[in-house]
Amino acid sequence: MKRSLIAAVAVCVGTSIGPGTASAGTIAPADVRIVDMMVAESLTGVLGDPANGRKVFANRKKGNCLACHANSDMSEMLFHGEVGPPLDGVAERYDEAFLRALLVNSKAVFEGTIMPAFYVDSATLNRVLPKFQGKTILTAQEVEDVLAYLMTLK
Amino acid sequence: MKKIFTATAATALAAIGAASALVAGPADIPLIIEGEEMIARAPAPDYIDGVDTIYSGWLFRSEETQALEVDDFENPAMPAVDYGLELWETADGSEGKSCASCHGDISEMAGVRTVMPKVNENGELWAMEEYINDCRVNRMGAEPWKRTKSPEMLGMTAAIGLQSRGMPMNVAIDGPAAPFWEQGRELYYTRVGQLDMSCANCHEDNYGNMIRADHLSQGQINGFPTYRLKWGGLGSIHRRFKGCMKNIRAEPYKPGGPEFTALELYVASRGNGLSVETPAVRN
Repeated sequence: MKRSLIAAVAVCVGTSIGPGTASAGTIAPADVRIVDMMVAESLTGVLGDPANGRKVFANRKKGNCLACHANSDMSEMLFHGEVGPPLDGVAERYDEAFLRALLVNSKAVFEGTIMPAFYVDSATLNRVLPKFQGKTILTAQEVEDVLAYLMTLK
Repeated sequence: MKKIFTATAATALAAIGAASALVAGPADIPLIIEGEEMIARAPAPDYIDGVDTIYSGWLFRSEETQALEVDDFENPAMPAVDYGLELWETADGSEGKSCASCHGDISEMAGVRTVMPKVNENGELWAMEEYINDCRVNRMGAEPWKRTKSPEMLGMTAAIGLQSRGMPMNVAIDGPAAPFWEQGRELYYTRVGQLDMSCANCHEDNYGNMIRADHLSQGQINGFPTYRLKWGGLGSIHRRFKGCMKNIRAEPYKPGGPEFTALELYVASRGNGLSVETPAVRN
């Protein structure tokens, strides 16, 4: 069972398939429930990969988290942003379910924030460029991977 | 619980804002172009709620970029301005007229840039490009220039804008302009695109902060058309708006269309009081 899930997710990531076609076991963006600013359950049921999460965090076309957040763990990279709070020690300040909710839909946690929602139904947004319609900024597994990486920042 | 987090976020943001004003805010130096001091910082107009002081984008740029704007021999936009000056004197179209035929010396255009965009006699909001093309088509009997990227339009808007350099921006927002200004304000605060951001998220809430290697400015447009090093040439206000929207993965409005022209009016009004810097140089 687990192996087939991994395979399904790998296909999903590899081809950037939109949320409407999420594989079995992956929660579609419109179906994610944020309760009391938490998403307790994994979006995919597959353990997050912190090494890949680190890459997604820095990738300008993916998380691009470094654009806004400083992160000492990435001191080898220049120009950390200062729009959001530094993420050093973030795993000690917040628990996993809260950070998952924050990644999925930041606005459900911090009202009025500039932070993009990385896993929401694009139909809820305005004037999304056609090539990004029906897609999320990150795939469900990428959210889990970034989350796993954040949980290493202690 | 949600309220608590919101309050915490607000405090955190305020703290970041305060810190950045000290650390990475606008440069505390005068902007002097060819010996003339520009108004590069001014009290925000009273109809703007989100900022107290307005700042020229020049104050947010690197020293190298700043140096290019203060000396006309260094300013890479000047060849385009020369082309505009030449076109001013050049007859075109079926009527055999040049701009100079009706308007005289281009110095007669001093002040025009400060009031653009402006509502025309038919009640439409026009930017400078629309006034130029109206003259070309209806007075000169010439073809209109392409609005956004034609060297002719860029050269002409730069040459006309230069005649107002140093004069404070002063667009009208009341009377017939009021509904356009309201529309522009609405657009300024509306989140768009996959990144779901409004103009205000970056240029009101976060100016002075670094977003990766970019130093966020207030997005003032008093220096347009602007020579952008990234473009390797002059570009219009609407081209810049379009680029911003694509950056946040939003479907841009049409350059020259009603939305961007209304937004231009609103953004210009946020800079009322700053000197025209045309042609500015940015990264």
